[in-house]
Amino acid sequence: MADTMQFDLVAPERKLASVEEAVEVMVPGSDGDLTVMPGHAPMLTTLRPGKLTLVTRSETQSYAVTGGFAEITPEGITVLAERSMPAEEFTKEVHDRLIEEARRVHDEAHPSVADMTAKLLADMEALGAHMLG
Amino acid sequence: MPSLKDLKNRIGSVKNTRKITKAMQMVAAAKLRRAQESAEAARPYAERMHSVMAGLAGSVKGSDTAPRLLKGTGSDKTHLLVVMTAERGLCGGFNANIAKLARQHAEKLLAEGKEVKILTVGKKGRDALRREYGQYFVGHVDLSEVKKLSYDDAQGIARDLIGRFDKGEFDVATIFFSIFESVISQTPTAKQIIPASYEPEEGEEHVPTVNYDYEPSETQILTDLLPRGIATQIFTALLENGASEQGARMSAMDSATRNAGEMIDKLTIEYNRSRQAAITKELIEIISGAEAL
Repeated sequence: MADTMQFDLVAPERKLASVEEAVEVMVPGSDGDLTVMPGHAPMLTTLRPGKLTLVTRSETQSYAVTGGFAEITPEGITVLAERSMPAEEFTKEVHDRLIEEARRVHDEAHPSVADMTAKLLADMEALGAHMLG
Repeated sequence: MPSLKDLKNRIGSVKNTRKITKAMQMVAAAKLRRAQESAEAARPYAERMHSVMAGLAGSVKGSDTAPRLLKGTGSDKTHLLVVMTAERGLCGGFNANIAKLARQHAEKLLAEGKEVKILTVGKKGRDALRREYGQYFVGHVDLSEVKKLSYDDAQGIARDLIGRFDKGEFDVATIFFSIFESVISQTPTAKQIIPASYEPEEGEEHVPTVNYDYEPSETQILTDLLPRGIATQIFTALLENGASEQGARMSAMDSATRNAGEMIDKLTIEYNRSRQAAITKELIEIISGAEAL
């Protein structure tokens, strides 16, 4: 079995990363974090806001994602992120803006989905702790 | 017969027009390149989205639990036409072609006794359809302030559409936009986005779907993804439209520049001829005057 896999991270407006030799990828799945390694069972999962870490033989790179989904096959993983940026671009200002947005959505949300938006807001806040902390 | 002065003025004004159209053409060319780049950059996401959605949609299609966005309301009485055009004119038949397609569609639906609602994106489409279909307008999205199209714009439109769908304002939504083929050819296109139809595109091999594990459940993922799929389709359409608009403007301005050039040539010949005629006339007058002495 191959010991590396293909990794793609795409956002609607641009392709962020395409690496052929990913060793492992840590993904913030909506039901919990998971680490994907080569030969992983095929799987589709949605994402919550969080930190995505890519490990290749030579380096480790982090990205912030704000939701989306990941398609995992034994040969690789494709992450379709709603909004995403490399860790270097994720500054306090960006984070504050995201939180503000999540809070507004939560405040305007219908009571039936308030749980969901509250979770989103909490995830956004936690994202900052992961990325900036 | 226009006087020499008139001709000179006209040549001057056509020259000015040519300068303007030439400048517009070059601006459009630069914008077109940027528009194409963003359309290119958005493609991987849209393609992946499409293939995943096609797989998912295929597997839950028959079941009763399929979300309404996918299987529809069960009726097709009220149609919402989302007409996407440019904010500006002077781009050849671009806006007119999209409006024409939308008009044909609306006519057909009305003739079948369906109810029609129209949502316009972009000022020109609204202006073109207002006189005939003004009473069907349900909203307008203004993108004139937008310098560079972002996914958020598309998401805004998608949210608006889904909100209306949930309130039961329409059963079927179709978007009208122009696909960018090349600078000289843009095809106005109608595409149904609600209920979402994910058929493999023409000429595309149907990829056998892998048996995925779903986390959380399959339907939940689908519910989560459908609005995103719609937003992605709108985003793609907006980008295609942007590129088409600039392409159409570029070729329109190119032919305008060429026309102005031809006109200048013709006017210059006429000017030279009348100048020559005037000189000849004066000479004859002087000579015959001299002879008479």
